Amino acid sequence: MSSERPNGLFRNIPAKVAAIPMIITALVVFMGGSLWTMAYSLTKSKLLPKWKFVGLDQYERLWSTKRWVVSIENLFIYGVCMLIASFVIGFILAALMDQKIRFENTFRTIILYPFALSFIVTGLVWQWILNPEFGIQSIIRGLGFTSFEFDPLYNADIAIYGILIAGLWQGTGLIMVLMLAGLRGIDQEIWKAAKVDGIPTWKTYLFIVIPMMRPVFITTLVLVAASIVKVYDLIVAQTGGGPGISTEMPAKYVYDYMFGGQNLGQGFAASTMMLLAVLVVVIPWAYLEFGGKKRG
Amino acid sequence: MESSISIRDLSLSFGAVKVLRNLNIEIGQGEFLVLLGSSGCGKSTLLNCIAGLLDVTDGQIFIQGKNVTWAEPSDRGIGMVFQSYALYPQMTVEGNLSFGLKNAGMAKDEIKKRVARAAEILQIEPLLKRKPAALSGGQRQRVAIGRALVRDVDVFLFDEPLSNLDAKLRADLRVEIKRLHQRLKNTMIYVTHDQVEALTLADRIAIMKGGNIQQLASPNEIYNKPANKYVADFIGSPSMNFLEGVIDISGAPQFNSDVMSFDISGYEFVDGPTGGPAWFGIRPEHIVTGELLANAPVQFDAEVELVEPMGSDTLVWAKVEGVPMHFRMDGQAEVRSGDQMRIGFDPARANIFNKETELRI
Ligand SMILES: Nc1ncnc2c1ncn2[C@@H]1O[C@H](COP(=O)(O)OP(=O)(O)OP(=O)(O)O)[C@@H](O)[C@H]1O
Ligand SMILES: [Mg+2]
Repeated sequence: MSSERPNGLFRNIPAKVAAIPMIITALVVFMGGSLWTMAYSLTKSKLLPKWKFVGLDQYERLWSTKRWVVSIENLFIYGVCMLIASFVIGFILAALMDQKIRFENTFRTIILYPFALSFIVTGLVWQWILNPEFGIQSIIRGLGFTSFEFDPLYNADIAIYGILIAGLWQGTGLIMVLMLAGLRGIDQEIWKAAKVDGIPTWKTYLFIVIPMMRPVFITTLVLVAASIVKVYDLIVAQTGGGPGISTEMPAKYVYDYMFGGQNLGQGFAASTMMLLAVLVVVIPWAYLEFGGKKRG
Repeated sequence: MESSISIRDLSLSFGAVKVLRNLNIEIGQGEFLVLLGSSGCGKSTLLNCIAGLLDVTDGQIFIQGKNVTWAEPSDRGIGMVFQSYALYPQMTVEGNLSFGLKNAGMAKDEIKKRVARAAEILQIEPLLKRKPAALSGGQRQRVAIGRALVRDVDVFLFDEPLSNLDAKLRADLRVEIKRLHQRLKNTMIYVTHDQVEALTLADRIAIMKGGNIQQLASPNEIYNKPANKYVADFIGSPSMNFLEGVIDISGAPQFNSDVMSFDISGYEFVDGPTGGPAWFGIRPEHIVTGELLANAPVQFDAEVELVEPMGSDTLVWAKVEGVPMHFRMDGQAEVRSGDQMRIGFDPARANIFNKETELRI
């Protein structure tokens, strides 16, 4: 061997060879597919993709469609509430679970169980629970409170929160388990040191433990964010987008236009907007996390 | 003078497992007490009880005359240093030192003064703006000591603070802790399973086993007059030689085993000569060779089996009448396995334990 620094390209050849199929898949399927979609979102494709260039017409139409705008609003409400509520509830559950309680395994299974169900099942279950005819409302009325009203899925103003409840019920378990794993990874001596220092438990969580759990939070954030952006089946099972268009979501819009409305161009434009929205969030974050300054 | 810490009839159980049994310890003002024992004997548990991190099952703890058995850790006037440093990783060194004080609502300039003083004592001033991840193990442990220091407390508790460091650093920091103790004159309780640390640092050592204290005495006494066979075996490296036999006190006291018998008139019995089955123990460094044999009333011929040169001295593993014995020789000694040599010792330096009770006789 020469004493020269080996060329980076030729180091670790087996690892690089092994990665080639995945790299090709990523390039061709993901990147290629995305670029193809973007390109055809600039055309007048209807039932089949056709290369008839119309510029940004599809986007103009998209943003002037009430249904799309409502979808985006809904995604925003659902996303923000879901993120905050599921993190708070998941973390609190995990913190309670971390107090060396008895039957921890049982509780963990119960709370994680909804995650094992498909969104369709969750959606249907909650559709029944929230149904005024035979759900919570009828039960409470049956107890004598005849003026009790609780029918979020039938009130266009709050229907999205009905969806949110179901989403939380399904998603919080996973967050709790991830957070619990993170909490368990914290050295017990840190807790002892904080106690000797006289720091109250909530402050220890807030200023010491949670900052130490940053990696867990980031992983969880990515998982939750992905599940929020692509939420579709929950809507279909629970409300079908109704009442009216009050619980429409972007993913449903895309699906309906591509396969139901036979308007590929419009579906492509919508999905490009979704991709763009994800990139706007992901790129600055990835840059902060992996690029720029070295970690220290 | 009033004792600094007083532990009375302390017991602790985890469910059915009794970890500490009826401990009674009085620790004087400014004393350096080392808790020494093998893994799992309850040292950390005892320390955590004193710190208030574990609720005791029974008994009482007094610190500076105050009953603190049920007081919060932060109200007990203690500072604690952990094996894993337990620094808050997202805060700078300065943040680590001041977080507890800030939380207690102390005035800013008082905090500043205390941090500066701790940093000066521990020589960590240049590190104040760094995060723990950017420190070496030794520096981290200094910061951890600093966190106890700024609390300005009467009692320091250390739980194996040096176990995660390499041998060289351990020796350095050991000296520094001793210096710190001489300067601050606080009461310190120090848990370790390293006997060199224990012997060098302690005013008194408590040897623990299975939740009991086997012996609580000065290092000198522990080393030279171990109270029982466990302590004798535990302290000293390599460990003491033990011969099994019977003490005969019909005439001048005699030790008889299957293969040898010798006169032990020089030995100071605890309660006058006592006969019966016994263990005879002699430390490797008390077995002599060569010219020193002149002062050794008891002598044997030994066959060398194995030689371990250790630089400053040489450890020799030999057999006397088929009984294994090991002893120390000078580092320059020329010995080879297979050699025959004359060895001897003075029974006055021996330790004899009852066969049944294993107590010193
Ligand atoms: N939470 C617990 N529940 C049950 N048993 C425990 C618990 N904590 C400790 N023990 C037991 O108590 C005994 C003493 O533990 P302790 O941590 O005090 O040992 P130690 O002397 O500090 O040992 P080491 O030198 O390994 O640190 C051990 O046998 C351990 O198994
Ligand atoms: Mg321990």
